[in-house]
Amino acid sequence: MNFLLAALRDPTSIRRLSPAEWDLLVRQARHANLLGRLYERLLAAGLEADIPQRPRNHLQSGAIMADQQQYSIRREARLLRDALAPYEIPLILLKGAAYVAAGLPAAQGRLFADIDILVPHERLGAAESALMLTGWQSSVTDDYDQRYYRRWMHELPAMRHVFRGTTLDVHHTILPPTARLKPDARLLIEASVEIPGLPGVRTLALEDLILHSASHLFHEGEPDNLLRDLTDLDLLLRHLGRDDSAWDALVVRAERLQLSGPLGLALRYTERLLDTPIPARIRTHVGNDTKGGAGQRLVDFLYRRMLRPQHPSTADRFTSVARKALYIRAHWLRMPPLLLAYHLAHKAFFPPKPETHPPMDEKKAA
Amino acid sequence: MKVSALSSAEFSERLAGDGIRLATGPFNCRLQSGIPEITAELARLYAHHPLIDDTRFVDFHVAIQPGHGLRRWLRPQSRFIVDAIEPFTPLPRDQSLPMLEWGLNWCITAYSQHILVIHAASVARGNRAVILPAPPGSGKSTLCAALVNRGWRLLSDELTLIRLDTGELMGLARPVSLKNASIDIIRNYAPDAFLTQPVHDTTKGTVALMAPTQASVDAANTPARPAWMVLPRYRAGADACLTPMGSGAAFLQLADNAMNYHILGARGFKAVGHTVDQCQNFSFEYSRLDDAIAIFEQLAGDET
Repeated sequence: MNFLLAALRDPTSIRRLSPAEWDLLVRQARHANLLGRLYERLLAAGLEADIPQRPRNHLQSGAIMADQQQYSIRREARLLRDALAPYEIPLILLKGAAYVAAGLPAAQGRLFADIDILVPHERLGAAESALMLTGWQSSVTDDYDQRYYRRWMHELPAMRHVFRGTTLDVHHTILPPTARLKPDARLLIEASVEIPGLPGVRTLALEDLILHSASHLFHEGEPDNLLRDLTDLDLLLRHLGRDDSAWDALVVRAERLQLSGPLGLALRYTERLLDTPIPARIRTHVGNDTKGGAGQRLVDFLYRRMLRPQHPSTADRFTSVARKALYIRAHWLRMPPLLLAYHLAHKAFFPPKPETHPPMDEKKAA
Repeated sequence: MKVSALSSAEFSERLAGDGIRLATGPFNCRLQSGIPEITAELARLYAHHPLIDDTRFVDFHVAIQPGHGLRRWLRPQSRFIVDAIEPFTPLPRDQSLPMLEWGLNWCITAYSQHILVIHAASVARGNRAVILPAPPGSGKSTLCAALVNRGWRLLSDELTLIRLDTGELMGLARPVSLKNASIDIIRNYAPDAFLTQPVHDTTKGTVALMAPTQASVDAANTPARPAWMVLPRYRAGADACLTPMGSGAAFLQLADNAMNYHILGARGFKAVGHTVDQCQNFSFEYSRLDDAIAIFEQLAGDET
């Protein structure tokens, strides 16, 4: 039973939960990285008194963690701006960092693994050295991976700050240059907007934030965060929808950036899973009211499984197949077949090391 | 119903099956394990803890399971799992019990930002508690184990939990982890206490776990008010000596040992400040346990 989705769609459903069901809800929300966001959602619905003490501790912990991360994101944004300013490279924040800095509702309870920024392609080298001078280092040591990123990807290998430990992804566009869809990064940069009250810090325009979120989710989203990313889209779309004409602008913008496909999927699943209100003309335009052909139905089959909390309680016998299929689909969309075969063969022969740690040695685990 | 009410067969069966569901102070835990050799000691360590039924909310679903594939038999390993997540690399199988304790501590520090969590031992007399924050090697666990065997109530030997709203300490009353020389010291000092067989060559050296006293477990849900903060240091041959500490220095000691001070932000600052204000703060040097205990008795007797 997917208690998390039920609670996101209809917060009052939590009133009917038994302690054992609360137990599952908390575990599902933790696995989906949505503890903090769920807590904010329940508070906003005026349900604070309906959350029993034990689950409340966990939800609140998630929200406090998100608070702290947002505080440091705002600080990092100022430091990044100051690092890039001497070279006249604009700081353009993407994804979560943009939601937080711009104070969008999509920042609500959001957790972060890294900060994403967009730099004009011709300034990439200058940006990388400016960042290295202020303490950011490439965290990828494997030669193959370094080459892979620099030749085929839309971002530099992740950088990590030597003192603060924050991770930074420097993008020069929003999809790999090898992908079939080729949104023009110059259009995104031209339309970017300065954040009021934060001079020198910019984000993509709201439509572009939505299109980037959608193309990220359906091209390269990490399985554990897909549902979290979908709730981002839900919040962004509701925010956009305050102005009814913005919907048409969004559709036009998607065509211009070759991102109508990802936008269609985003509208399809936010509406189906999270009840995002979408005007009828837009639903018809993107085909939300149709079942779709065989290809669409297969994609639905996969995403129905992957847009769940990735917790054993919501898995069925097709979950692991869906996970693999989407991994291959994501790569298929990102690379031409020959390059894909080469890349997957390399990953099969030299699998990346798992990321676990030795047990807590006093404070190290913190 | 307590864990000790289960026969050893029932205990093993539950541990290998749906799990032992028990309460450790404010946290409900479900423990599962496919490693039969830990059952006897585990049952003794948690003998006094109350069982909870399977309709209750569980905070941490944890398991200690054998290594994958060959590591089941060849230099066997065990893995710590919390709700399908494995936060650590596997350890040699004979370290299963210490790993379970480290794992439960990890759960508390990783998942509990609704309280201030300090890397410190804490014990209480009546409703007044002493907090012993200290770096490893300072003799904190030894002192804590000794106090617990002389009538003090164990709140926790590793993680002190402070409520953000009331500033009260919450007890865990989980096993005390003794290292190296302190294992024999406590065996001699408290021959009646239950200690597990020592486990050698862990990252912390040799480790043995001491069961909490029944009185500590029974009172785990009784909150205590922080009354003293004592920073202990063991120095061979030293006379027991308590030196008052300024509140600024005490604040830094607590904040520095808080696991989630940086996450709690202003809430953490307030909680640490409030704790320091409520406490008499000292640094403490000692070598002989009996002298040390006498000093703590004096503290407890001073004001009632």
